Amino acid sequence: MNAPVTASSMPAITYNFAYLDEQTKRMIRRAILKAIAIPGYQVPFASREMPMPYGWGTGGVQVTAAILGADDVLKVIDQGSDDTTNAVAIRTFFETTAGVATTTRTQDATIIQTRHRIPEAELKAGQTIVFQVPIPEPLRYLEPRETETRRLHALADYGLMQVKLYEDIARHGHIATTYAYPVKVEGRYVMDPSPIPKFDNPKMNDSPALQLFGAGREKRIYAIPPHTQVVSLDFEDHPFKVQAFKEPCALCGATGVYLDEVILDDKGGRMFVCSDTDHCSTRQAEGHTGTMSAPYQEAAHD
Amino acid sequence: MTDAPLLTARGLAKYYGHRLGCRDVDLTLHEGEVLAIVGESGSGKSTLLGLLSTELAPSAGSVTYRMRDGATRDLASLSEAERRLLLRTDWGFVRQHAEQGLRMAVSAGGNVGERLMAVGWRHYENIRSEATDWLSRVEIAAERIDDDPRTFSGGMRQRLQIARNLVTRPRLVFMDEPTSGLDVSVQARLLDLIRQLVEEFGLAVVIVTHDLAVARLLSHRIMVMKSGRVIEQGLTDQVLDDPREPYTQLLVSSVLAA
Repeated sequence: MNAPVTASSMPAITYNFAYLDEQTKRMIRRAILKAIAIPGYQVPFASREMPMPYGWGTGGVQVTAAILGADDVLKVIDQGSDDTTNAVAIRTFFETTAGVATTTRTQDATIIQTRHRIPEAELKAGQTIVFQVPIPEPLRYLEPRETETRRLHALADYGLMQVKLYEDIARHGHIATTYAYPVKVEGRYVMDPSPIPKFDNPKMNDSPALQLFGAGREKRIYAIPPHTQVVSLDFEDHPFKVQAFKEPCALCGATGVYLDEVILDDKGGRMFVCSDTDHCSTRQAEGHTGTMSAPYQEAAHD
Repeated sequence: MTDAPLLTARGLAKYYGHRLGCRDVDLTLHEGEVLAIVGESGSGKSTLLGLLSTELAPSAGSVTYRMRDGATRDLASLSEAERRLLLRTDWGFVRQHAEQGLRMAVSAGGNVGERLMAVGWRHYENIRSEATDWLSRVEIAAERIDDDPRTFSGGMRQRLQIARNLVTRPRLVFMDEPTSGLDVSVQARLLDLIRQLVEEFGLAVVIVTHDLAVARLLSHRIMVMKSGRVIEQGLTDQVLDDPREPYTQLLVSSVLAA
């Protein structure tokens, strides 16, 4: 009989670099390489259980873990924000398991893992953005059979996707899809860009950065290599348009950025602020102000 | 029009394991011709329809089709992409259960427009006006264009299915029991409509039915199937008025006189 294991005799927990074992990382890298070789094509991979629930970015985390190197600088955002639960949890996860440097500044990061946004600051060559994807299949709600959707992709048979947009116009008078807006990659595969607002779709086109997409539960990885054509689907008489905002950011005065609505009270008070917190704080540090910037608010309290 | 047949089947057979689906079927169909396949349940008529429409792969035999470009092709040699293009442009398939032939969660207009969008239409208003036009042809009010088929009656669903199939002006339409499950007056209107569209567009139709009255009203020729084989065929009125085979005689005499 072996001696009973006591707490004091157990070794301290050590993780392999970036949590995943090396064989798993190799497997994921092979899937990533294939995905880059066939832009927009969903590559199946043997997604692992991660120490977080599905829906929290297990796909993105696995992709990040597979490409992370010791000298990488990681930024994690959730809805554009660096300090929401999901972003903090994943950033801490990699600080703990990989010991890599992290940042909130878009231009300092080499890898940006994101949920729901592409940063406002333009991405540059050498940067990689990793998207967390809940449902990678753009045709899913129209065609429930996976065997059939794969065949539709294989044959580039995308009439069904257009039916979805048709239904939007028929019901709402305009294309009412505002996030996860389908795109065609390099004239071939129709792809779900993950639940980013369609505001961010144009940023994917001809981007100098590498864009990787990981879906953990659905076990799919896909990619847009740098400088790839990405076109949002539309109709000739109902062309693709991004959201426009009436007012600038209330904190930094930025226009032409994606804004979040923040409810202030129960009397209809609201403000619109940059969803990209890094972009907003950078602008505030540069001296830009909005209608509800801090000095203004302090003055209002006197 | 040429004299060459549109659809030809030679020595067609289908086995499900050891069980026989159908065997030794030969047929030719010309443009504008309506062929009824009748027989009791389990006689192999739906299997035959599946073989002709390439939904099933034959165990033996071949089916050839004269494409729009005039070339006659063996359907087994078509690539998957060509086969699908054929299915959604030059062919139609009206199913017994409309739920299988329609997208129930998509509006009537979307159902009719799907084939157009699949062949590359990208102008919303054009798609919509074509869909409106087709809905009126099948006697569905234009204001129902944005309603989904779940809100439609059985007869309307069948008519919508027909519009959805005919919008690309196919030359050949397969119909599997299109009128069963509808009440008699609705059946009569639907048959009337089908007859009118067949006439107007010169459609070739292969219609499977167990209802001899439907066969008599719609078809030029008829094939009687029993136990997986064709036991009698000929002109519809000839076969129905003067059946030769004992089984056909039984079928004809089983029809209740109203």
